Amino acid sequence: MATEAATLRRTPLYDRHVALGAKMVPFAGYEMPIQYEGIVAEHRAVRSAAGIFDLSHMGEFYFRGPNAGRTLDRLVSSDIIGLEPGQARYGLLTNERGTIVDDVIVYRIEPEYYLVVVNAANIDKDRAHIRTRLRDEVAFADRSLEMALVALQGPKAAAVLERLAPGVSELPAFGVAVTRVAGVGAHVARTGYTGEDGFEIFVLNEVAGPVWDALRAADVMPIGLGARDTLRLEARFSLYGNDIDETTDPIEAGLGWTCKLDKDFLGRDAIAAKKAAGPARRIVGLVVDGGVARHGHEVVSGGAAIGMVTSGTFGPTVQKNIALAYVPTPLSKIGTALAVRIRGKDVPATVVKTPFYSRGTK
Amino acid sequence: MSTVPDDLRYSKEHEWVRADGDTATIGITHFAQEQLGDVVFVELPEKGASVRQFSSLGVVESVKAASDIYAPVSGEIVERNVKVIEKPELVNSQPYGDGWMVKVRLADKGELAQLLSADDYRSHIGETAGAGGD
Repeated sequence: MATEAATLRRTPLYDRHVALGAKMVPFAGYEMPIQYEGIVAEHRAVRSAAGIFDLSHMGEFYFRGPNAGRTLDRLVSSDIIGLEPGQARYGLLTNERGTIVDDVIVYRIEPEYYLVVVNAANIDKDRAHIRTRLRDEVAFADRSLEMALVALQGPKAAAVLERLAPGVSELPAFGVAVTRVAGVGAHVARTGYTGEDGFEIFVLNEVAGPVWDALRAADVMPIGLGARDTLRLEARFSLYGNDIDETTDPIEAGLGWTCKLDKDFLGRDAIAAKKAAGPARRIVGLVVDGGVARHGHEVVSGGAAIGMVTSGTFGPTVQKNIALAYVPTPLSKIGTALAVRIRGKDVPATVVKTPFYSRGTK
Repeated sequence: MSTVPDDLRYSKEHEWVRADGDTATIGITHFAQEQLGDVVFVELPEKGASVRQFSSLGVVESVKAASDIYAPVSGEIVERNVKVIEKPELVNSQPYGDGWMVKVRLADKGELAQLLSADDYRSHIGETAGAGGD
């Protein structure tokens, strides 16, 4: 991970992170806060109260025009044409081979105006992928560098944001509204990546500071990328580049539910064929007993390497070492005893039901 | 609590040693635990194992990543801290107390002289503390 410091971008909230004593690390071309107080304390704050995240590194693509919905419906695996204005949906950018280019959320802000949020590391790739497949009557704009994103997540998120943006607590899950937060024009969506209730607030860079400060004034803890990863893994959300990429397909990745196979989208036929045949491998949740599994560790059965861990950590809420791994389908059943090879030692692991954590099961 | 107690010797890899006659207690420093963040797993050699100075002694794993612990001195493990294996967060809360790792019977007391004094260690982390990143 040798990234030249000089080439790293900073979000508009960079100075605030440094002032808060955050540990800054290179991530997807940005200098980002990995932690402030500590991953476990931040993780717990989001599960028990609320936390704010600077996610301004994420990509924001805007589509406008009479063909915007139809274009996105062909690019994205899920039901985009069925979105009402004010609704959002998770889906995959897929390619003709039926593998995963990125995972995204599509927000229908107005009847002919859509926002697609893409992973920071994929912005350039996605833009190129989309540009070559645009139809007439669609205006496409990559506004990733102009837009900041602040997420507010946790059981107290709605109460906190309601005071700064009256009415937002009425938003349903995956709803999106054009509103004002602390007087600043914003797109506010009830989406997130933590397994908790929460909001994502899209604003122009210039006004990100006041929004952040208003949320901080509500005594909300800042949360770094470290806790973002432990939160999302407990909730079993895929991380692009770890759990999914262009060598994985939605069926084996457990994302078949995002694929509307009765519509036409890129890679539909390949994905439908994979689903009909049944995947040779599947992603499973593991609980590891006696060590922390990490991305790249081998999964072992009967002494032989049979799969690979794609994400792994200690889960601060579930208090267990948890992981996601691809294993052959016959070994993917809940309760299957496997092992993870950690520093040369085979540590027992069991296939478990996911998510590892669901809201209300704490 | 001092973050670098005066009465200990230190390695450049951020282990500390408290020598007491023929035995020495080994742990990792306050600076090390701060860099690691929340420790969630500790792996230590069994009693009776022998370790060589500056070779791998075990592993501390934080939420973020695994890091090797290196033996600051050579010797035979006479005790490993079972409490820290059961409660790895002791490494964060009491790095010089209940968060110790192992006790060894010193093979060569002369090795202690190759370690840093508290003052030297302070300037060592002064130099590296600002380098940032991990």
